[in-house]
Amino acid sequence: MIGNIKILMHQGKQYIPDVTTAEVPGIFRGRPEISEEPVDSLALADLCPTDAISINPLQIDLGKCVFCGECAFAFPGKIKFTSDYKIATNQRERLIVKEGEQNTIILNPDLVREEIAKYFSGSLKLRQVSAGGDNSCELELNACGNVNFDMGRFGIEFVASPRHADGIVITGPITESMAEPLQICYDAIPHPKIIILAGTDAISGGIFAGSPAINRNFLNNYKIDLYVPGNPIHPLTFINGVLELIRKRKG
Amino acid sequence: MSDYIAIKNNETILLKSIPVLNYEDFLLFNTSLLSNEANHCVHYFGYLLTDKLKLICCIANDNENSIMISSSEINLEKNSFPSFAAHHRAFHIFERELHENFGIRYTDHPWLKPVRFAFDRADKNSTISEYPFYQINSEELHEVGVGPIHAGVIEPGHFRFICNGEQILHLEIQLGYQHRGIENLFLKKKKLLQRNILAESIAGDTVAGHTTAFVNLWESLCGYTAADDLQYARMLALELERIAIHTGDLSAICTDIAYQLGSSVFGRLRTPVINFFQVWCGNRMAKGLIRAGNNHFHFSSELADQLRKLFDDFEPDYNEMWNEIKELPSALARLEKTGVITHEQAGSIGTVGMAAKASGIKRDIRASHPHDLYRDLIHQPIMKHHGDVYSRIQIRNEEINQSIDYIREMLKSPPDVNTKRHLMSLPQPDSFSLSLTEGWRGEICHCALTDENGELLLYKIKDPSMHNWLALALAVRNNEISDFPICNKSFDLSYCGHDL
Repeated sequence: MIGNIKILMHQGKQYIPDVTTAEVPGIFRGRPEISEEPVDSLALADLCPTDAISINPLQIDLGKCVFCGECAFAFPGKIKFTSDYKIATNQRERLIVKEGEQNTIILNPDLVREEIAKYFSGSLKLRQVSAGGDNSCELELNACGNVNFDMGRFGIEFVASPRHADGIVITGPITESMAEPLQICYDAIPHPKIIILAGTDAISGGIFAGSPAINRNFLNNYKIDLYVPGNPIHPLTFINGVLELIRKRKG
Repeated sequence: MSDYIAIKNNETILLKSIPVLNYEDFLLFNTSLLSNEANHCVHYFGYLLTDKLKLICCIANDNENSIMISSSEINLEKNSFPSFAAHHRAFHIFERELHENFGIRYTDHPWLKPVRFAFDRADKNSTISEYPFYQINSEELHEVGVGPIHAGVIEPGHFRFICNGEQILHLEIQLGYQHRGIENLFLKKKKLLQRNILAESIAGDTVAGHTTAFVNLWESLCGYTAADDLQYARMLALELERIAIHTGDLSAICTDIAYQLGSSVFGRLRTPVINFFQVWCGNRMAKGLIRAGNNHFHFSSELADQLRKLFDDFEPDYNEMWNEIKELPSALARLEKTGVITHEQAGSIGTVGMAAKASGIKRDIRASHPHDLYRDLIHQPIMKHHGDVYSRIQIRNEEINQSIDYIREMLKSPPDVNTKRHLMSLPQPDSFSLSLTEGWRGEICHCALTDENGELLLYKIKDPSMHNWLALALAVRNNEISDFPICNKSFDLSYCGHDL
């Protein structure tokens, strides 16, 4: 008992006091910025392993980007990845970063359904479904609840049963074998419910796009409430995205 | 002519230099090798020729640092074949895959249970949702089905228990839910960068392990020798990944025995280690760090200082927590003698890595088939002998300390900035190459074949989980079903690494 208390004392303060303003250590690859510098844009687009870069105008789709950073190494004057981790949004088009744009990525308030803030702003229970996820996003979603990020302080938690959940968080490109279990799980969640796609694989299939072993039909049938890009997602990206989604808006 | 060709880890040979045996000799040769505990099968796979199926079997000898490669060509249409697994169970998983993918018929395989329901399997009528689980008819027994979606934030798989009251009689594990067709994508995606990123996505918790296996294999195929700074980065990443995931596993095991303090402390101790990956390469899981013939993130002496400081802070807190838990009767009561896999069982099913070492079988690529800077290291694998949950936890603890020692030694001489990287040529045609790496779970094996134009003809991946899932199924027998979570976590196997 005394040993335990000693250990507890030695830990000090481990939680991040304010997750909305915390800075990430090191050289995190977050929201990219594309300068107006003229470059061989065909060569630049060709470099991208997941066709996330398109030309005329030059833009990067964060829903497809695997954040490998190779474009920024090859064209350092053209593309720069900033450490801005707030890159989650509720509108697919907003994940596309265009040449010359430096504005931050935010949610479109008009697309947030009324009942989301009404029911979930103080408490949001989520059921996670990994559908071909490589366990990196899953590790980071678990990290959201650890003592450092402590998502639980906002009433946001992962729960075991879809019956207890207010929404579903999907990771992975959605394999053929998980298509049916995913649908069953979603159907078991009571209304109103939300869908969050966590990670590039979930948003677009990522490096697995076009594989004959995946089946993404589920996504055609429902409106997605939040896209959280990343490979894997950073816990701060996820937590800030969800907080923005469920917060009460004035007026 | 010899029955086999012996190669070293990461050696490329011409495809035609692999002796082709008739199936009876092929079977006899490979199965008899496994009577020696120093030998184990690192890969056994097939691919279609125009009218035949070519089989290639790779048996590693851990004492002589060599891998014996032999092959056979069989005609699928006409025959059923005697199985390797009837002679040695360790072959069971490979033959199940051959059966599933190519429809090869065996006369005496113990259980041709589907492996992963691959999209290109031979029998499309066999589906994962209609898989008939093994059953025992009895009024006293009941079944418990868990999954594919589990209670926590983890990957999917189905566990079917047959229980007598609280006691597990039998566990059947059915996987395949994570199948993304990744081996096929290695052939489809032609850019090296795409393949490099695919390797990082085989199992996102073993990025350093699988990516090192890929780049070493690729560089070998291209006749490229990695400079010291590349080798340094790979070894450092592998050992850091081991520390990070082992620490996270200790946290998860504490969660499963409801020891909140251990769960929180080990959990938060993992954070600085994976954050260091982000400081070094911009990604907490080390994605982007390891590239064939390149490295964008020089390991500077400033980073070396930071890492040294990190361990200075890590060690006292870590040791304090470990010393507490290792003498805590309520924790030990849950961990000791739980989920035992005996030396004999582990050997018979070809267990590798941590799970093998916990049952007294020395399987560690860093010692037996060293690559990169491991060649300069005299690695002594951590061994335990009880084969229980606690043994697997003790291995994690000692491996964490051992890896920190290795890294501290490495930090004394960080590499110089490499300004002159020579370019990599294309893969050699008509070749075969094999790469082994000791990831934190155990032995990772990648194999590649090229055609006459040097294009990839086949890419085969084996995660240690391929061998070890059966070890979990055996370990839980006669345990209480409430102990399943800690047994499962003590192995911490990969679903996507298995399903590919």
